[in-house]
Amino acid sequence: MFAFILRRIIQAIFVMLVISLVGFSIQHQIGDPVRDLVGERVTPAEREVIRDQLGLNDPFYIQYFRFIKNACKGDLGLSFFYKKPALEVIVSKAPATIELVIVTAIILILVSIPSGIYAAIYPKSWFSRLVMAASTIGVAIPVFLTAIALIYLFGVELNWLPSYGRGETVNIWGWESGFFTWDGLKHLVLPSISLSSIMLPLFIRLVRAEMMEVLETEYIKFAWAKGLHRQRVWFIHAFKNTLLPVITVFGVQLGILFAFTILTETVFQWQGMGFMFLEAVERSDTSLLVAYLVVVGVIFVVVNTIVDIVYGYVNPMVRIVGTK
Amino acid sequence: MKKLFVFCLTIAMLFSLGSIAGAKTLKLGLDAGPVSQDPQVQLSGGMLQYSHWVFDPLVRYAQDMHFEPRLAERWERLDDLTMRFYLRKGVKFHSGNPFTAKDVKFTFDRFYKSPDFKGLFTPFKGCYIVDDHTVDIKTHKPYALLINMATYIFPLDSKFYTGVDATGQPKDAVVKIGPSFALKNESGTGPYRVTHWEQGAKYIFERFADYWDKNSPGNVDKIILTPIKEDATRVAALLSGDVDFITPVPPQDFKRIQKDKKVKLVTFPGGRIITVQLNQKRRSEFANVKVRQAIVHAINNEGIAKKIMKGTATPAAQQSPKGYMGHNENLVPRYDLRQAKKLMKEAGFENGFECTMIAPNNRYVNDEKIAEAVVSMLAKIKIKVNLKTMPKAQYWDEFDAQVADIQMIGWHSDTEDSGNFTEFLGMCPNKETGYGQYNSGNYCNPKIDELTLAAQSETDLKKRTAILKEIEKILYDEAAFVPFHWQNHSYAGKNNVNIRPIVNTMNFPYLGDLVIK
Repeated sequence: MFAFILRRIIQAIFVMLVISLVGFSIQHQIGDPVRDLVGERVTPAEREVIRDQLGLNDPFYIQYFRFIKNACKGDLGLSFFYKKPALEVIVSKAPATIELVIVTAIILILVSIPSGIYAAIYPKSWFSRLVMAASTIGVAIPVFLTAIALIYLFGVELNWLPSYGRGETVNIWGWESGFFTWDGLKHLVLPSISLSSIMLPLFIRLVRAEMMEVLETEYIKFAWAKGLHRQRVWFIHAFKNTLLPVITVFGVQLGILFAFTILTETVFQWQGMGFMFLEAVERSDTSLLVAYLVVVGVIFVVVNTIVDIVYGYVNPMVRIVGTK
Repeated sequence: MKKLFVFCLTIAMLFSLGSIAGAKTLKLGLDAGPVSQDPQVQLSGGMLQYSHWVFDPLVRYAQDMHFEPRLAERWERLDDLTMRFYLRKGVKFHSGNPFTAKDVKFTFDRFYKSPDFKGLFTPFKGCYIVDDHTVDIKTHKPYALLINMATYIFPLDSKFYTGVDATGQPKDAVVKIGPSFALKNESGTGPYRVTHWEQGAKYIFERFADYWDKNSPGNVDKIILTPIKEDATRVAALLSGDVDFITPVPPQDFKRIQKDKKVKLVTFPGGRIITVQLNQKRRSEFANVKVRQAIVHAINNEGIAKKIMKGTATPAAQQSPKGYMGHNENLVPRYDLRQAKKLMKEAGFENGFECTMIAPNNRYVNDEKIAEAVVSMLAKIKIKVNLKTMPKAQYWDEFDAQVADIQMIGWHSDTEDSGNFTEFLGMCPNKETGYGQYNSGNYCNPKIDELTLAAQSETDLKKRTAILKEIEKILYDEAAFVPFHWQNHSYAGKNNVNIRPIVNTMNFPYLGDLVIK
């Protein structure tokens, strides 16, 4: 176990280096951060002075090594727009994104599992056909379209739900949470539905396919032959084995879900990391961009490591290489 | 259990806070928020808007462009180089300190520490204290725009900004990046105090109880500003009632807002001229005045204002909008395709030519669509244009490098005066003086330079008007650039928000005077 974690840490460091290098080389294509810091009237000479102060005129490798040196001390640089350490900005934006992803994950689980199972058990019922048709359409519609359609329907026309932002939040030990106010919860509804709309079709289809496959296996046939109650067959015997591959896919897709928060958060003006990222691109806040890439890289590596470890416990047949 | 109790109590308190009766709150949705609490750190429209809420200028523009006394009660010209300002008495800063001449001098001197402002203030010699409530502002040469520049002077509380902060940095330091005292603290004389500041996410301003202007009709106690960048979301937020006031309003949503009975749309003519410049250094064809004339005749800018801008722009034939000193009534748009073709033939380019063009795609309203319209309009006189558009973050470097034959630029005069347009866009580019800094057409006419410099120091307003009008005429006749329109500002709000009286050409909504019924 120790060797495994050690190897993962070394891998993570390597991944970080590659990501920061990529981030560093693309940042010059995004634009000049100084342009966004000064008015349009400022002379080129004044801009040069600021560029010098920021060290943007140094050769690429010097800038990169300076970044790495500071990064080792936990300093990912100052955000040009927020005028605060980039890491601090990202940490302050993280709760919004994490809460959005949590609610989305709950919606995914609560909707995809029952409807997937239903569609597998009664493949010919009108409801199953409806779900399958809807999921095909769902895959095809881009998330920002879903989001804008939802805003116009529930926000503008029906006026049931707020159209943007996080609403009222409560600060609990430094974590700005929208879970504990009615207003905050209302604000969570539309963004999380939009975000889940991307993954929902996939999961419904996955659960359905797995369940159907399991229902065809010998041990289920045997269970039927034993005369077990059908609820027991479906929900205890079949469902358990359906779940395993679903968990694996869920772990992988969780990362992708974070990526899709960029679009969803932008449409809903959701003050999370995804929104911050897109804004940073527009403002060419390059130091924040690189910091974001590095932090997301860390999250991916950590999540994957945890999934691998957990998976080993859930399914003892899968042994992590390196454990004894 | 104890924690749970404290938690419930917090929630209960939050609910009770929201229900205090009678207080008028404005929920404001802008496309971007201010970047700092320091009004002198960046010269941009957004920061000047903020300055008018939290600080007060010596004088400001009224809706009809006359100068309105604010912290300066009156002013008089002592001689060609000096203007005397008599300051308002009994004014208090948010910190409680009284406002005096010392604060004006402190603020004036601080301009020279700011890279954004020092350029604008180079014509000035300095600010001199006469007594506690009188200052003299002097220029090096006679300067016609002295009073215009006083609209930029938003006095800071000199006592408040003097000394060093906890990190040992002077409190008056102008810091572009990184923490500073002025970034996070303010003490102005304005109608609102900053009470909550979450950069780029949420800002709360509360009415300053000791505000000097008791005659202001403004009755808003609290402003909650949320930047909403996405156009569709901003409009939806207004239509759903989540915010009370938005700006800008995207032209494609005008009809939607006009149809809705709960909200109203207000537009106001702006001073930003949108143009393209034809680079004569890159293309010899553009050095030919006939070709430039042909292009101006081929561009149907009235059509663009109507179709692409949905009527939210005023078609232009010159730089100065109506109300500016140099605005020349005789210059009108001149779309005439037949004339354009004739001119091309006379110039010897009957068969046209091919050239390149760049334009931003997120800087001006519908910039990309305007550029596309140019391509199809010029195709009619057989000029094939290869267009490339890009986000503003990348655009200005390309613009400066003059990578294309035709380049788009919009300009709003810093001084609300005609001269500023020509200084930056029309004069011969000169690296030493900085004139013609954004003249990527490289149009160069010594007569224009001479007239523009003469206008700067001409303090006789009649003579000055004549000079500025002549400049516009020459630029028009020589087709020095291709004008499109002046962008209008657009605002939308709930019916009880009285937007009309507080908006102006500069796009500085004076929220201090806003009335909510």
